[in-house]
Amino acid sequence: MVLYFLVNTFALEFFINQFTGIMSKKTGLLSSSIGKKLLMGVTGLFLISFLLVHCFINSLIFFNDGGETFNKGAEFMGTNWLIRTMEIVLFGGILAHIFLALKLTLDNRKARPVGYEVTNGNANSNWYSRWMGLLGTLILMFLIIHLKHFWYVSRLTDHLDGGLETLFDEMKEVFENPIIVALYCASMISLAYHLLHGFQSAFQSLGLNHKKYTPLIKSAGVAFSILIPAIFAAMPITMHFGIIE
Amino acid sequence: MASSSKLNARIPEGKLEEKWTKYRSTVHLVNPANKRSLEVIVVGSGLAGASAAATLAEMGYKVKVFCFQDSPRRAHSIAAQGGVNAAKNYQNDGDSVYRLFYDTIKGGDYRAREANVHRLSEVSGNIIDQCVAQGVPFAREYGGTLSNRSFGGTQVQRTFYAAGQTGQQLLLGAYSALQRQVGMGAVQLLARHEMMDVVNIDGKCRGIIARDLVTGKLERHFGHAVLLCTGGYGNVFFLSTNAMGSNVTAAWKAHKKGAFFGNPCYTQIHPTCIPVSGDHQSKLTLMSESLRNDGRIWVPKKKDDNRKPNDIPEDERDYYLERRYPAFGNLVPRDVASRAAKERCDAGYGVGASKMAVYLDFAANTERYGKIQANKLGLHNPSKEEIIRLGKEVVKEKYGNLFDMYKQITDEDPYEMPMRIYPAVHYTMGGLWVDYNLMTTVPGLYALGEANFSDHGANRLGASALMQGLADGYFVIPYTIGDYLSEEIRTKAIPTDNEAFVKAEAEVQERITKLLSIKGTKSVDHFHKRLGKIMWDKCGMARNAQGLQTAITEIQQLKKEFWENVRVPGDANELNTELEKAHRVADFIELGELMCKDALHRNESCGGHFREEYQTPDGEALRDDDNFAYVAAWEYKGESQFELHKEELKYENIKLAQRNYA
Amino acid sequence: MSHGNMNLTLKVWKQKNKDTKGRFETYQAKGISPDMSFLEMFDVVNEQLINEGKEPIAFDHDCREGICGMCSMYINGRPHGPKQGITTCQLHMRSFKDGDTIVVEPWRSAAFPVIKDLAVDRSSFDRIIAAGGFVSVNTGNAKDANNILINKDDADEAFNAAACIGCGACVAACKNSSAMLFVSAKVSQLALLPQGQIEKQDRVLNMVKQMDEEGFGNCTNTGACEAECPKAISLENIARMNREYSLATFAQNKIK
Repeated sequence: MVLYFLVNTFALEFFINQFTGIMSKKTGLLSSSIGKKLLMGVTGLFLISFLLVHCFINSLIFFNDGGETFNKGAEFMGTNWLIRTMEIVLFGGILAHIFLALKLTLDNRKARPVGYEVTNGNANSNWYSRWMGLLGTLILMFLIIHLKHFWYVSRLTDHLDGGLETLFDEMKEVFENPIIVALYCASMISLAYHLLHGFQSAFQSLGLNHKKYTPLIKSAGVAFSILIPAIFAAMPITMHFGIIE
Repeated sequence: MASSSKLNARIPEGKLEEKWTKYRSTVHLVNPANKRSLEVIVVGSGLAGASAAATLAEMGYKVKVFCFQDSPRRAHSIAAQGGVNAAKNYQNDGDSVYRLFYDTIKGGDYRAREANVHRLSEVSGNIIDQCVAQGVPFAREYGGTLSNRSFGGTQVQRTFYAAGQTGQQLLLGAYSALQRQVGMGAVQLLARHEMMDVVNIDGKCRGIIARDLVTGKLERHFGHAVLLCTGGYGNVFFLSTNAMGSNVTAAWKAHKKGAFFGNPCYTQIHPTCIPVSGDHQSKLTLMSESLRNDGRIWVPKKKDDNRKPNDIPEDERDYYLERRYPAFGNLVPRDVASRAAKERCDAGYGVGASKMAVYLDFAANTERYGKIQANKLGLHNPSKEEIIRLGKEVVKEKYGNLFDMYKQITDEDPYEMPMRIYPAVHYTMGGLWVDYNLMTTVPGLYALGEANFSDHGANRLGASALMQGLADGYFVIPYTIGDYLSEEIRTKAIPTDNEAFVKAEAEVQERITKLLSIKGTKSVDHFHKRLGKIMWDKCGMARNAQGLQTAITEIQQLKKEFWENVRVPGDANELNTELEKAHRVADFIELGELMCKDALHRNESCGGHFREEYQTPDGEALRDDDNFAYVAAWEYKGESQFELHKEELKYENIKLAQRNYA
Repeated sequence: MSHGNMNLTLKVWKQKNKDTKGRFETYQAKGISPDMSFLEMFDVVNEQLINEGKEPIAFDHDCREGICGMCSMYINGRPHGPKQGITTCQLHMRSFKDGDTIVVEPWRSAAFPVIKDLAVDRSSFDRIIAAGGFVSVNTGNAKDANNILINKDDADEAFNAAACIGCGACVAACKNSSAMLFVSAKVSQLALLPQGQIEKQDRVLNMVKQMDEEGFGNCTNTGACEAECPKAISLENIARMNREYSLATFAQNKIK
């Protein structure tokens, strides 16, 4: 939690800086390639920390107590002022991550005005490291649907769909639709690949590398990239098939 | 014998050890305000050129640097592998300035100038200091001090190195110093520019004509002084370890405009190169001399032995260098090692498909290293395989990049079987004649590094080329150029519409037009290959009067044919690599003739110049000090006309003796 | 003149100069020996073209032993061709099969404009070095070399970074045309050595600034540069540069 807070504050600072112009073009950090990359890494790590919290809270459904524990968690997340504040920061982080990604992509296109006739990227890099933009876009599309399903109804409207009592009930309802379950699972695969590159890449961008610890970070990244999306994907699946009820 | 009146070497008076110090303290200076208005042109960006340009710019001169490559960092100094010598005595093995001086004179077979060589030895230590200060990552010991290795022709360890890429690291150091000055605006860099001619006005060199290789435009550049740092001319042989672009054009143009050419026949044939594999071959690759530290050279004792090297038992191998030269063994100087390899192959003991190769074998030392390593690791009674495995690791750390390079080219694994090697043209000791100040016979025109006739006499010792290039650029020219430029402070920059510039440019233009208009049937490479074959066969590792005479006739014939039948496609006003080559090959042909004439006139054998008529009963080079202890400086007198001038070599500190490495 | 028995089809980028549009041309390379280097194969093709009265293909090359960094061909979708750890001049025809079609393109990057055919202008690299890739020590200022003791591991790592030959394969391989590996190699070499400490903040800031101005793209850590680098320069250098850059930006106590 402390780490979570620290990372958030760090990201917040960057975010504010960007818009208040303290780090204007002259001082260069955010106008420079490395500055942008650094911020991409910081916001990425921040979003990773969010995933961890989100995953933890949602995993409360696996108590399989009819959503009692989960609903308590959801209640806390929905009412605690600190969490609500961080929620705003989170949106800022997501926006910054997307905005920077777009900017970087456009810059990078300009850097190679004439492309190659033949490229053999698989010979020198992983496909998902080259397709982060596409994977990110898929995740963004999912995010919009996902927000519509849960966040919108629980935070911005004062009632859940069809007079449902709790977020847990909402989940059960949404995940009755097999197409949505499939969509969630596919999106978690996109997320997994996005993380597979993004996790270790963020450390590289921040210059946090070390002969001894970098292999550790890389392994942790692989574990995280598989585990977290797998747990997330398990939620719609288990609910759809009535394993959690 | 007296020196020609046209040659004044300007060697300072006084005791050998004091000459340089005293000269440096009394040579004329140029005050900082005047330096700002003095312009210096540097042609070539290798070790000599980059270090000279950077240092002169640091001192305040206005400098222009020209190189034909796309960046100054490509200059062929980058390919030097083994190391750089310096008399630091860090190994506490009795090294000293005098010993380096002595080894260099002796290695050069007593055909170098004492004063120059002593100066070289004196500044050798400063080179290492300067390079380390720049951040050149030399190899180090665990205690943090610099590491050394042995090279041929010496019995001390004085060679500093950075794996097998010492030239690269030194050049990048000089290049970064140069780029620093470029960034500060003190040096104007003109890459992809080739010098086409020098411009003399009133007997002094005042600039150059250069061709922008991308647009083809001819440009005139004024300089109060011009420094040629353009390397050697080994590519006259077509096949050499030089880069494809290495050429003699700058030096040759200077020669035709009055600079004497010194000792053109002194060519270094490096003993350890990868053998030619077929007639498609475009260049040869060197395997560093440092490999001779740990590799043993041998051929089978039996003629035409077709067994695989590893199947030939120990007692059927002839380690001919160890047999003939027990004191120096595999570390004899290059000329000696090359001739010994040629002798064995000519006698029918050569190996490989072409039979023109000998083995360089690391098995014995791999095993020795393996045992040492096993001891270090505290392994008792390690198996033979274990020892070999550990030994290979050590060898890999020392020479990994060279072994990889060998494997890449030959498709054979040198960790498993001996390398096949054969001598190849590598370096040219000859070059433009220069005085103690490094100035040619044309006032204001200097030659540095391999481009001058240099400090190496008739044979250069390993790891001394890097030393000389950097000595000339960092520590000699910055002082000696003051002697000339201090007299030039009143000379205003000469406008390039001066008729000498106009005329020189017109001549270059005329030659370009001529080359493009011949539209013959044979490519430039065709002529280059033919020239190379003549030179290699008749003016290569062994020469004789009859062969040289034939070669001269053949070259004159080739020259005629070239100017009647060469085909140069494309236009003058674009990037035209064939046109570039045509210019260079035309100059190589003329140089080739002079080399043969020089080799023919020198009726003795010395260093890299081996005349078959002059050898001892056991086949060693036989010098004639009474008649040939001089530098042969040739003056250009018109087509195929060269006049010989002699600079007598006086040895006041070293006794001339038959070289003995046995 | 025949050298061997391989026959190949080459699709090569031809472009007269930087201001004209280029296109692919197809050539037949006949009688190629597997022992030839890739550039020697080009020599054979060019010789043929000259004999037929056609214009040869322009390409950059010089040392032909993998150290000058001048050769620069993008072969079948990869800089310096199908093998790792070598330059184009070290690539041998035994890496191809008889009958293959080989597509050869120049390095592609806004910062490396094509000069002619396969030759590109890499002077942007020189300008990056001029911006800070040095230690500011004038000739004659140095103290005895062994007065600076350097830990062997640091010296070795600095050497590994310094082994960069400036060929630009990293930029060519990178999907973003980023020059981070090249720049970080020089930043790292000098950041690892005591000689480089004095100027390390200015160095990294100035070199990165110049890199950005030259129009190279942004690094996204795909690692393609490291995989294609003929000298196996490590990605660790990029991380080190990122770190040095952040530290310099946050810690530098002066306003520029």
